Amino acid sequence: MNIVVLIKFVPDLVEDLEIDASTSLLDRSFLRLIPNELDEHALEEAILLKERLGGTVTAITVDFGDVDETLFTAVAKGTDRVVKITGEDFSQGVSNEKLAAIFQGVLADLPCDLILTGTQAVDDLDGFVGALLAERLGLPYVGYVTKIDVQDGKLVARKEYPGGLNADIEISGPAVLGIQAAEKPPRYVVTSKVMEAMKKASIDEQEAGEASVEAELPVQRMSLPETGARAEMIEGSAADVAAALLKLFRERGVLA
Amino acid sequence: MSVATSYEFLDKVISATPDGEKIRKCLQCGTCGGICPYGFAMDFSPRALIAALRADDWHGVLESDTIWLCASCFACAHVCPTKIPLTRGLLATLKTEMLIGGSIPQELQTALGNSRRYGNALGESPKKRADWTRDFTIPVPTLANHKDPVDVLWFVGDYGSYHPRVQQVSRALAKLLYVLDVKFGILGAEECSDGDTQAFTGEWGLFELLARKNTKAMGRYQFKEIVTADPHAFNALKHEYPRLGFNRTVKHHTQYLLEHADRLAPLLQNRGPQRVTYHDPCYLGRANDNNIYDEPRRLLRAIPGLELVEMPHNREMSVCCGGGGGGMWLDGFVWEKAHVRTAEWRIKEAIGVGAQVLAVACPYEAPRFEDAVKATGNEGKLAVKDVAELLAEAAFG
Repeated sequence: MNIVVLIKFVPDLVEDLEIDASTSLLDRSFLRLIPNELDEHALEEAILLKERLGGTVTAITVDFGDVDETLFTAVAKGTDRVVKITGEDFSQGVSNEKLAAIFQGVLADLPCDLILTGTQAVDDLDGFVGALLAERLGLPYVGYVTKIDVQDGKLVARKEYPGGLNADIEISGPAVLGIQAAEKPPRYVVTSKVMEAMKKASIDEQEAGEASVEAELPVQRMSLPETGARAEMIEGSAADVAAALLKLFRERGVLA
Repeated sequence: MSVATSYEFLDKVISATPDGEKIRKCLQCGTCGGICPYGFAMDFSPRALIAALRADDWHGVLESDTIWLCASCFACAHVCPTKIPLTRGLLATLKTEMLIGGSIPQELQTALGNSRRYGNALGESPKKRADWTRDFTIPVPTLANHKDPVDVLWFVGDYGSYHPRVQQVSRALAKLLYVLDVKFGILGAEECSDGDTQAFTGEWGLFELLARKNTKAMGRYQFKEIVTADPHAFNALKHEYPRLGFNRTVKHHTQYLLEHADRLAPLLQNRGPQRVTYHDPCYLGRANDNNIYDEPRRLLRAIPGLELVEMPHNREMSVCCGGGGGGMWLDGFVWEKAHVRTAEWRIKEAIGVGAQVLAVACPYEAPRFEDAVKATGNEGKLAVKDVAELLAEAAFG
């Protein structure tokens, strides 16, 4: 099975996020960008499938900045081919609509059986990229996938629903799947293998074609959550606290 | 890169380790497995591992994951009558093979991934490495903002920089350096993990990556010597960084403070706790024959009213806190496999000799031993303090 994995880079939440006062958007000047966690799960699932069923894995990302190390790490993990889409400064962020259009352009020359990506990314939680891309390619899409298998020659994706429900969905491939979690956590690959990949592998750089987008959802304003002084600490002995709680419950109508 | 047979593996150990050829002379006496704190839970003690390799059971060796119980405490290497470099050679090289083969407990993967991405095992922002110096009364200069040469480059380390408990040790040491009028500075955001513990998980490539970042950063500044409160950083800077061409004097804080004992002792006016015992960190003592046993004890004895008592396991026979060799990042795995914690044995020994305070000298120890005090039901009976903290309390109250 030949699998393509799409990787988007998102702000690293280890750093403090700041809003640029002049634009009311995320201040991206000192942001550290890292691969979206669920896209790393998508890559892991692809490599697990390759190990089980054979085939190839191709990882594609756009040039968000320091993406080479991520791509070489992907090679060290078992990815056969890595593609970096260049041509524009994408470090300031790309809308999901445009990202889907860019990926469509590259996929036109890259026939494959399965396209995997994270079901959503932490930067917007929209979960649009996979679905929009499937629509553009005229392929089926299933999101929130936690397992992929082939049964009797057919692709079966396990989709996770809220409330602990799972569904096994049979799909006629090729298809786009949004990965919620790989079957195993993304693997750590030893540094010497990454270094070896840096020496031996090469990144296939492709210029982004004309990515026409009919509509986008521009973010108008971002803000940090406002914290209100709503918590009231009740102090004193156990009896005092219990009495204060009872009084509160009666006031708020919890108890008669 | 990865090896396919036992004999290839033995060749790798021998070529990659100073004195590695001694492995061929193993007498199979079993002293190593006897002294290993987790020997009872390992499928292959060092002795059994050598036997399996001689029998060419490479597959059997790779099938077991109990090598991850090894806390690289150097107990086995220390007692080996043939002086085989078991810890750094045999065991760390087997860990490398496990890493290459992908047999890595998940919690260790997280710490190694954090180390590679952020330069610290805790997964904290590298930009915030010097945040512990903020809102602190004592000035702790960062070398990037401080153009003049300094006497001491203080290598703070991951835990001293980020771990809330160990930050207290860093603050105590800062007070002592300040009151001794030492011209010192830290690397701040330019520092990253010393890489020693990552190396002893077998991740030598990551060690080199981290070490090169540190040597590059240190190369930008003028200083006379390096001081660190972290025995792992001390060990790496002293024995491993020179292989990368970085050869600078490094001292553990207990060595450095003892050198200034004539000026430090008159400042120690407050009476200390009455009964104190001292835990020898593996990487100050046994590892690479660092043999720093007397310096911390002499500092402790300089505190008025302090009586130093010894635990049954002391000096080169000290029992590891469990944090080395990746143990710091394998607590869940170790518990699952062994159902004991060496740190708890240590607490029982300290309580057994009637100590009020367990003095330590390694950043892994205060958090591990404080947890073990609680886990053994001894909360309030035994305090855990770094030597620097006890000295700072004696000097400043």
